[in-house]
Amino acid sequence: MTLQDTGLAAYNFAYLDEQTKRMIRRAILKAIAIPGYQVPFASREMPMPYGWGTGGVQVTASIIGPEDVLKVIDQGSDDTTNAVSIRKFFEKTAGVETTTRTGEATVIQTRHRIPEAPLKEGQVLVYQVPIPEPLRFLEPRETETRKMHALEEYGLMHVKLYEDIARNGHIATTYAYPVKVEGRYVMDPSPTPKFDNPKMDNCAALQLFGAGREKRIYAIPPYTSVVSLDFEDHPFEVNRFEQPCALCGAEGVYLDEMILDDKGGRMFCCSDTDFCEERRGEAESVSASNGEIV
Amino acid sequence: MLATGTAVDGGFSNQVLDAQIGFAALMNALSRPGTLQSPGIHVVPPSPLSAMTAIVALTLCDADTVVWLDETVNTSAVRDWLAFHTGTAITAEKELAQFAILDAVRSVADLQGFAAGSQEYPDRSTSIILQVAGFSSAQKFQLSGPGIKEVVSFAPEGLPEGFPDFWAANRALFPRGVDLIFTSKDQLAALPRTTRIDEKLGGHDVRSR
Ligand SMILES: [Zn+2]
Repeated sequence: MTLQDTGLAAYNFAYLDEQTKRMIRRAILKAIAIPGYQVPFASREMPMPYGWGTGGVQVTASIIGPEDVLKVIDQGSDDTTNAVSIRKFFEKTAGVETTTRTGEATVIQTRHRIPEAPLKEGQVLVYQVPIPEPLRFLEPRETETRKMHALEEYGLMHVKLYEDIARNGHIATTYAYPVKVEGRYVMDPSPTPKFDNPKMDNCAALQLFGAGREKRIYAIPPYTSVVSLDFEDHPFEVNRFEQPCALCGAEGVYLDEMILDDKGGRMFCCSDTDFCEERRGEAESVSASNGEIV
Repeated sequence: MLATGTAVDGGFSNQVLDAQIGFAALMNALSRPGTLQSPGIHVVPPSPLSAMTAIVALTLCDADTVVWLDETVNTSAVRDWLAFHTGTAITAEKELAQFAILDAVRSVADLQGFAAGSQEYPDRSTSIILQVAGFSSAQKFQLSGPGIKEVVSFAPEGLPEGFPDFWAANRALFPRGVDLIFTSKDQLAALPRTTRIDEKLGGHDVRSR
């Protein structure tokens, strides 16, 4: 099959021109070699606004090939406007197969969540990152934050977390909770809930982070140590949910609140819609084989 | 028609798809140190540039890169071929090179003097592409570090004496340091600066598991 056969001749494969891909590819290889370090790159204009994941889209466009199978999630869902349009973008420009199944994907682009199902070797998780610099809210000057990373001066970050404890009795940060990668760089997992931080540690998949507006690419190779910052007397804890998923009964997963009606009715169910659907599918087939009606 | 063996022949037959395959091999090689990658692309560079080295150069080099060539590969045929197919600049200064292409090295001194980046910009470092005969050396290294689940055995052929010490010193520079890409006739592998190497003693694993 050639590009002409698939009607893609009018596009660059995966939209980006080859020179741009090479520049991004060189940055990705450096990012893998220096886990957690933010590699500057010359971000390109993409046919979508910043905030729609242009950094993640550029990374995906630079790594994806015709044999890849792409999954795109926003929050935990494959069906939001953002996820659907990014999926369509790659179907159209790269002719790749797409899926909602975590286990079938070779490349997964995400805005917030890490899938509940454990990732496998050979998979790549691409994060769309709005603010890559974990020290940005403490120190607005790029020259200073760069120096802090160079000297491994992360005291300010600990002070900020400790102030959290002094004010709230616990570390109140629940999203973009800072981590230390391979004992060296402090890194921002970006809008990911801290619930997912432990999934980054020693993950079998390669994790790539792209920040379009801020022009940074960073990476966590497979099987790399990722530790959430904490204190001896206030160890890192993930958020716990009181009840299981109302739809599939899963426990120990990240739940979203769903408003059912205007009378205050609500329920909590899996944020990872594919995980939830696969569990319900399994439950149905088990019940069906038992001759029960669900 | 041009005769074979001129500078315009032997590049990627599909610029876009071949480059993606070449990059996927490099991404796997660096994220899984010591694993052998076999990108199935056919290219015919002028000797002594190996096909696998050529694939790396065609995938990563262009008018924005600077390449250093060692004595063996620095021939006019190689320079012309790289210039035509990638547009890369060539430098005689090791420290200015983003990429360096070396044929079998005589001593670790050949691997020294390249850019290690700065503490602020550790990415401004040289990626050394080292041509080796193969990956079946009697001297086996045990690799560990990011990208490696437990331990990986790695046996590039023809490394200079003292290579483990050279690599330990490079690793001690982290986050600065060079990254190594090994190319044989039909395979490639990589050691990013994070990888630890231990020599295998008497054919037995140093580690207990
Ligand atoms: Zn559920």
